[in-house]
Amino acid sequence: MRLSYPADIKVIQLPCTGRVDILHLLNAIEDGADGVYVAGCLEGECHYIEGNLKARKKVEYVKKTLAELGIEPERVEMYNLSSAQGARFAQIANEMVDKIKELGPTPVKNNHAA
Amino acid sequence: MSELKSGSNLEKVLNAGHFAFTGECGPPKGANVAYLKEKFEYLKGNVDAVNVTDNQTAVVRMSSVAGSALMIGEGLEPNFQMVCRDRNRLAMMSDILGAYALGIRNMLCLSGDHQTFGNHPEAKNVHDIDSMQLISMVKKMRDEGKFLNDQDIDVPPKMFIGAACNPFADPYEYRVYRLANKIEAGVDFIQTQCIFNMDKFRDFMKKAVDMGLHEKCYILAGVTPMKNAGMANFMSKFVPGMDIPDSLIKRLKGVDKKDQAEEGIRFALEQIEEFKEMEGVAGVHLMAIEWEHMVPEIAQRANVLPRPVV
Amino acid sequence: MIVADRKSLKEILAMVEDNKKILIAGCKGCVTVCNVGGLKEVEILASSLKIARKKQGNDIDIDIKVLERQCDTEYVAEISDIVGDYDAVLSLACGVGPQFLSEMYKDQIFYPGVNTTFFGGATRHGVWEERCAGCGTCAIHNFGGLCPIARCAKSLMNGPCGGSSKGICEVNKDTECIWDAIVKKKMEAGKLEDLIGVKGIKNWRTARDGGPRRSIREELVQGNI
Repeated sequence: MRLSYPADIKVIQLPCTGRVDILHLLNAIEDGADGVYVAGCLEGECHYIEGNLKARKKVEYVKKTLAELGIEPERVEMYNLSSAQGARFAQIANEMVDKIKELGPTPVKNNHAA
Repeated sequence: MSELKSGSNLEKVLNAGHFAFTGECGPPKGANVAYLKEKFEYLKGNVDAVNVTDNQTAVVRMSSVAGSALMIGEGLEPNFQMVCRDRNRLAMMSDILGAYALGIRNMLCLSGDHQTFGNHPEAKNVHDIDSMQLISMVKKMRDEGKFLNDQDIDVPPKMFIGAACNPFADPYEYRVYRLANKIEAGVDFIQTQCIFNMDKFRDFMKKAVDMGLHEKCYILAGVTPMKNAGMANFMSKFVPGMDIPDSLIKRLKGVDKKDQAEEGIRFALEQIEEFKEMEGVAGVHLMAIEWEHMVPEIAQRANVLPRPVV
Repeated sequence: MIVADRKSLKEILAMVEDNKKILIAGCKGCVTVCNVGGLKEVEILASSLKIARKKQGNDIDIDIKVLERQCDTEYVAEISDIVGDYDAVLSLACGVGPQFLSEMYKDQIFYPGVNTTFFGGATRHGVWEERCAGCGTCAIHNFGGLCPIARCAKSLMNGPCGGSSKGICEVNKDTECIWDAIVKKKMEAGKLEDLIGVKGIKNWRTARDGGPRRSIREELVQGNI
């Protein structure tokens, strides 16, 4: 299909979004990511039954934490799509990048970073 | 006629077999004695004794001991209320002695509304002893002349001991046994929660009479005249332990807004008439909440005047 | 177990405001079981605090350590080598933990990261409820195995108050009236007679009212068992 998606995104592959941990999301923000999103399977179609549902709850937890810290919770999102939806994948990537650009760079600055 | 335990007017009225009629008066949210005396005027001569509430609904008010003492000064007989929420056993015994020294002869032993309902919800509550144990403590002080620690009291307080009973709270089947426990603890008279569901109260009294409880204590039926349908609605929804049948709310709504108060009074009068005849009921406790000025009219129309002098 | 809730990030951030390097000390006891002060929660808190401080442009170094228990001096002693390396130590143990730490390491500052709430257990995943008031004189066998001291809002020992409605306590619509449960249990067992008669006045000397308490087991003190 030769669909393109923005180069701003670094994809980290996991066997299932059930493996996503609150700490993965928090650490990404802590290390200066402007946004993080989890792309899980469609709800009801998880091979491990509820991995994607658990991931959504973890995303919600992190959103709450960010809000408590005065950081836009929209920087962390959960999306559901199937592996056959290439176009949807590209669309989500563009959507997320547009949103983050609108929000601007992360307020979490790595002051000691070289 | 049995020997008097306290010699209070209320005890004498009940002991002589008269249908008792008691009222209620909430002390002011302040030290406003004039306000209190105005309320007393509506009650004087119209009731046998007046309950003086103890920080009711956990809202801070002038103390019930002070309110009761002021009442005595105006020639009325108080029924001093004491809740277990605000005092430990030391403060309770001390206040009971003080109350008696000030001429108080009736007291009502209550658990007390939880402080979260009141105007100081951050308060620590006490509940050192519960209302049942308070009854037995007052009885011990009176009949044995001893403190809880079994030491002698120098001039014991001779109180006519009252307690509350809510036949409309759950679990219903247990309520009559709880009443029996209060009698075993030593209660002399009972004032019930405001009654609106007459069917349920008839059933409750039948159970109480079957157990012979009416022969072991005087049961005064609680009556509160509704000011309007809004009050009935509010109490039904927000006051814990209230049982207000839809039929009553409908009846109040069925008349013009300006006539709802009169309809509420009529319902109360019908209740009083029935209580006069109901087996086991020894009197009525009229709780005209912030409506004390209506007490003379209600007493008149209920045909309970003049109050007996015994 | 002892149940606790984590303090808000705002409150914790205010505590460590002036600190540049802290240790977050978790506990593998009760607070791990109630998901508030175990390894996972320690890590999440560390990351959250670091995010907040980076946002302020005022980075904070955070190390983490989860002790076997913070209520035993032998485990508290495990951090003796490192405790001096920090501006402060934030304990996620129950209220006992930061006190045992404070008592052993007198020069260090310890902050409580949780609010210790009650003795209870999980009634379902994520929900804990109070069961025991630690009054020092257990009598639950007199009440169908249910404690009215801990579970009745007024600690009534002689039946439900007038605010009990449809099994719910007047104080909170999410709280069951424990007296309703006690009465129903006795009725179903045909043992209502257990609730006839007045239960005597409680001796509160064994509770907190008698002053701070201490348990001594002589045979253990002497070390011969």
